[in-house]
Amino acid sequence: MKYPRILLCGDSAVDVEFGDVISDEINQKIRNFTNVLKKEEITGITDIIPTFRSVLINYDPRFLLYDEMKEIIERLLKVDDAGDAQKVRIFQIPVCYGGEYGPDLADVAEYGNMTEKEVIELHANRNYLIYMLGFLPGFAYLGGMDPRLETPRLSNPRIRIPTGSVGIGGAQTGIYPLDSPGGWRLIGTTPIRPYDPDREPPILYEAGDYIRFVPITPEEFEKIRQLEEQGQYEYQILEEGE
Amino acid sequence: MGILFEKSGLFTTVQDLGRTGYQKSGFSVSGVMDRRSFMIANLLVDNPENEAVIEFSMVGPTIRFTSDTIIAMTGGKFSPKLNGKPIHMYAAVYVHKGDLLEIGFAETGCWGYLAISSRLDVKNVMGSRSTNTKCSVGGFHGRKIEKNDQIWFRAKKRYLPYFLSRHLEPDDFGKEEVDIRVVMGPQEDAFTKKGIKTFLTEEYTVTADADRMGYRLEGPHIAHKGSADIISDGIPFGAIQVPSHGKPIIMLADRQTTGGYTKIATVIGVDIPKLVQRKPGNKIRFYPVSVKTAQELYRQEIKEFDEMRNKIHHPCKEVLDPRLTAKRLAKLFDKEKETMEVEPWI
Repeated sequence: MKYPRILLCGDSAVDVEFGDVISDEINQKIRNFTNVLKKEEITGITDIIPTFRSVLINYDPRFLLYDEMKEIIERLLKVDDAGDAQKVRIFQIPVCYGGEYGPDLADVAEYGNMTEKEVIELHANRNYLIYMLGFLPGFAYLGGMDPRLETPRLSNPRIRIPTGSVGIGGAQTGIYPLDSPGGWRLIGTTPIRPYDPDREPPILYEAGDYIRFVPITPEEFEKIRQLEEQGQYEYQILEEGE
Repeated sequence: MGILFEKSGLFTTVQDLGRTGYQKSGFSVSGVMDRRSFMIANLLVDNPENEAVIEFSMVGPTIRFTSDTIIAMTGGKFSPKLNGKPIHMYAAVYVHKGDLLEIGFAETGCWGYLAISSRLDVKNVMGSRSTNTKCSVGGFHGRKIEKNDQIWFRAKKRYLPYFLSRHLEPDDFGKEEVDIRVVMGPQEDAFTKKGIKTFLTEEYTVTADADRMGYRLEGPHIAHKGSADIISDGIPFGAIQVPSHGKPIIMLADRQTTGGYTKIATVIGVDIPKLVQRKPGNKIRFYPVSVKTAQELYRQEIKEFDEMRNKIHHPCKEVLDPRLTAKRLAKLFDKEKETMEVEPWI
């Protein structure tokens, strides 16, 4: 198969596929293409959804026909975004681990033959790449978890996992942006809201950004929670050239 | 001043064309299921194209008006009554303070739309008034309508010209069988030749498992070459997923933004209304067209909306004759005016 390739998705969308695996390299290409496409500000494009290995472009055929869309895509695939995709944003997410904040921390530690402290050390203070967002608003599919933390999902999923819960499910880790049912092992909770419909932007981060978990105490948790509720918490975002 | 729901109906929500621009963050678009009926409802009362309406399903709500306004209903064939007397769908109707509108059951079709010229006063969240029930966002408190809910209006009653012309031919959703046109892809290469043939020649039935998120169909097994799973990618409106069980699931307004099942084809924009108006038990067949044809049909439909708008902005027969006379007279005056404007110094 030759990549990138353009796939038809009906009369109002096309999918630009960059490969058939999940990798940092493909993600880099997707970031480059998405940046270039956004900068063009093409009338008629209504939504751009970057995913693990492709970008779905939704458009309104009132303004753009497929042939025109294809021409634009082929032109933009050749454009380099002048290194913007090299610059990365790292969102520091404060997390209170264990206890009532992470009821499954002990199980994860036991499963991996570790202490709870070792689990926290392996989970926090490293960068996780956001491959894509989906499933729920602001739910980030993260890459880069230490394989020693892998723990199977609960055999009996919880009916309600509270907003901000940080969990591990198989080889994946992530934050629940909304109250939701789920089977991940909960190891901590963040007081910040990755998703808030009344905030601009409603969702803090985008595909291509990084997340780093920073351990906090229950006192700090309470303090940040209150600031966040008043809309006064300042998000800690590092910007780095790769 | 607004509307009070005395009965909620089966699944009644506030919807417009949806919350676009946030799918990259995992936010579903929501919005109306049947865009065509929605557009016609709004144009009948001169609302802006994307004005929020009440969408109802199978069993419509019963609504008490707490102020005067003008309404129009479109979509499936319901049996609306105003103060006990039947009224037409696909027509603008005056309602007065205290009037009771009972929308009733859908005889044919599934979804109905109520456009109100006084405009619903619900908050615009992230560029849309659509209800996203999963995220509890938009519309009326982010949820479906319940008994005794009250929605206020945000505009005063307006005068609508050519009132007697404001009716259009209803769309017929009562056919026994319907052809749904599709553009093949994005993953048609995941299916065997036989699988694709099955999909394009056999008859499929809408099951009871049909809601705003998607419609599951029953029918002959569509064979994959290998795996039915892909690395999750974006899902457009009308995408036809086929998981390993080989039965199609059509992804609709409340679909999740991404998914990991192979998509054999996508329903074309102008046929999505025909599809969503099929009731459980109704039959459909899929028919392939090129993307070029699909987009031509899409643009034709926009022209059709413009023609409808024109039609309802012309006087109807009953008032035409005195109008014509007045027009002819007016022209004479205009000519005189023109002459004066061109040569003001004479």
